[in-house]
Amino acid sequence: MLQSAIVPADTAWMLVSTALVLLMTPAAAFFYGGLVRAKNALNTMMMCVGSIGVVGVLWPLFGYSLAFGGSAQWVGGGQYVFLRDVGLDAHGTIPHLLFMAYQGTFAVVTAVLIAGAVVERMRYSAYLTFIAAWSLAVYAPLAHWVWGGGWLAQLGVLDYAGGTVVHINAGIAAAIAAMLVGGRKDYGRQAMLPHNVPFVLLGTSLLYFGWFGFNAGSALAANGAAVLAFTNTLLAPMAALTVWMSLDAARTGRATAVGAATAIVIGLVVVTPAAGFVSPLSALAMGAIGTVPSYFAILWRARSRLDDSLDVLAGHGVGGISGALLTGVFANAQWGGTDGLLHGRPAQLGIQAIGVAASVAYSAAVTYGLLKVINVMLPLRAAARAEGVGMDITEHGEEAYSDGEGAVLVFREPAPAVALSVAVPLTQAGAA
Amino acid sequence: MKLIVAIIRPERLNDVLERLYRTEVRGLTVSRVMGHGGETEQVETYRGTTVKVELHEKVRLEIGVSESFVERTVGAILASARTGDVGDGKVFVLPVESVYRIRTGERDQAAVTPAAGDAAC
Repeated sequence: MLQSAIVPADTAWMLVSTALVLLMTPAAAFFYGGLVRAKNALNTMMMCVGSIGVVGVLWPLFGYSLAFGGSAQWVGGGQYVFLRDVGLDAHGTIPHLLFMAYQGTFAVVTAVLIAGAVVERMRYSAYLTFIAAWSLAVYAPLAHWVWGGGWLAQLGVLDYAGGTVVHINAGIAAAIAAMLVGGRKDYGRQAMLPHNVPFVLLGTSLLYFGWFGFNAGSALAANGAAVLAFTNTLLAPMAALTVWMSLDAARTGRATAVGAATAIVIGLVVVTPAAGFVSPLSALAMGAIGTVPSYFAILWRARSRLDDSLDVLAGHGVGGISGALLTGVFANAQWGGTDGLLHGRPAQLGIQAIGVAASVAYSAAVTYGLLKVINVMLPLRAAARAEGVGMDITEHGEEAYSDGEGAVLVFREPAPAVALSVAVPLTQAGAA
Repeated sequence: MKLIVAIIRPERLNDVLERLYRTEVRGLTVSRVMGHGGETEQVETYRGTTVKVELHEKVRLEIGVSESFVERTVGAILASARTGDVGDGKVFVLPVESVYRIRTGERDQAAVTPAAGDAAC
């Protein structure tokens, strides 16, 4: 009987992990929100929060089935559409429904990563339409290739918790989106500084915390593999942070806070595909080595014409590729998975490279097509005027930092032109 | 000497500063202010409560210049702060009785002339 296979300890850990991964989405909201200018803080955070809505709803309806229904080569089947047959029976050692929920939190946070490339100028409606379509057309098939028994899984690509499916995929999609949406109107002319660096550090802390659910939860059990993934997730960002601060200090004489936050996230990205496959000391080495390409990618990007505003390509794309390849170097069958280059199987590095190339090509091509189609119906780009005033006011009719001066309460919702009859003078705004 | 006071849109500030810099106008004060011209109110909603924001964020520039600089300073502001919509702001030119530079005690014309090595002001 299937029911008997469920292990309560595993179920408990996966319940916690699901909640931890969900936390990564608002964490990303703080990370990204702190990095933009004050006039776009809410819009940026809403780009993250909005995914919990649209992508979250599509996942149980269609996404889960496309990713995990059956083990066809290219895409899952329709057997779990609308959660048909997804119940409390065992999937491994946890209830199937819990597995679905856990994977749903991945879909939500992956789509959110793309926002960092298009902040401060992409129209909100076009953005939401895009990530909704993207989660079904790009994320779900890629998840199927690697985790759902698709062709990359059959080939033997190692991706413990989503280096390929989540980070390379989102990083490449972000670069394509930045290209098609175009740079911010002042990009390259004016300095655009982060408006709240403490928010960035808060978001980083929450991401680090949530990432334990992301990586250690990918063991799908409370066992040794989870402990290994947890420890590796703990260690890699520490090495990455140390290396980053050293590079910063060597280049400019100062270790920066935004740099530290970036380093921690990149360390997490790099260790994600390897978390359950490498020794803890290898995780330290991966964090240290894997940070370097991203560091220089960010320096290059800031001088280029590509306005990938919050460096999703350099952080998640380049970091994800470094992690995927280094997994092929450091993988050790004694700890889990198969052996890599350093343990006598150089072929694994080639298999990892195929996984990287396939995800880059697929993500780039389909993302490009989706954005081109959406642009016909919904312009991707806000008007230059709206960009100047700020997307908080023009897209959401709210301000992140309003002092309420000069705000007048309106009791009903008349057209903006109706004015005097319903005014109460100088009520504090935002106190609802 | 004249004191030029300009009220402009915050989102035009960078363009205005850039233009002033190119016009070789040095030495100015910038403050964030709230104000209202003839522009339409901006409507915002917070948890179902609709409010009209009648005071808009503006930026005020104050620039002390010698007579020969008045016209090009005003010209630079007009050219760079304009969007063509209501709410672009105003430029006021006020007479100034006297000016002192605190560091040296210089007055009037000498005080509004940028000192050597004063480029960053």
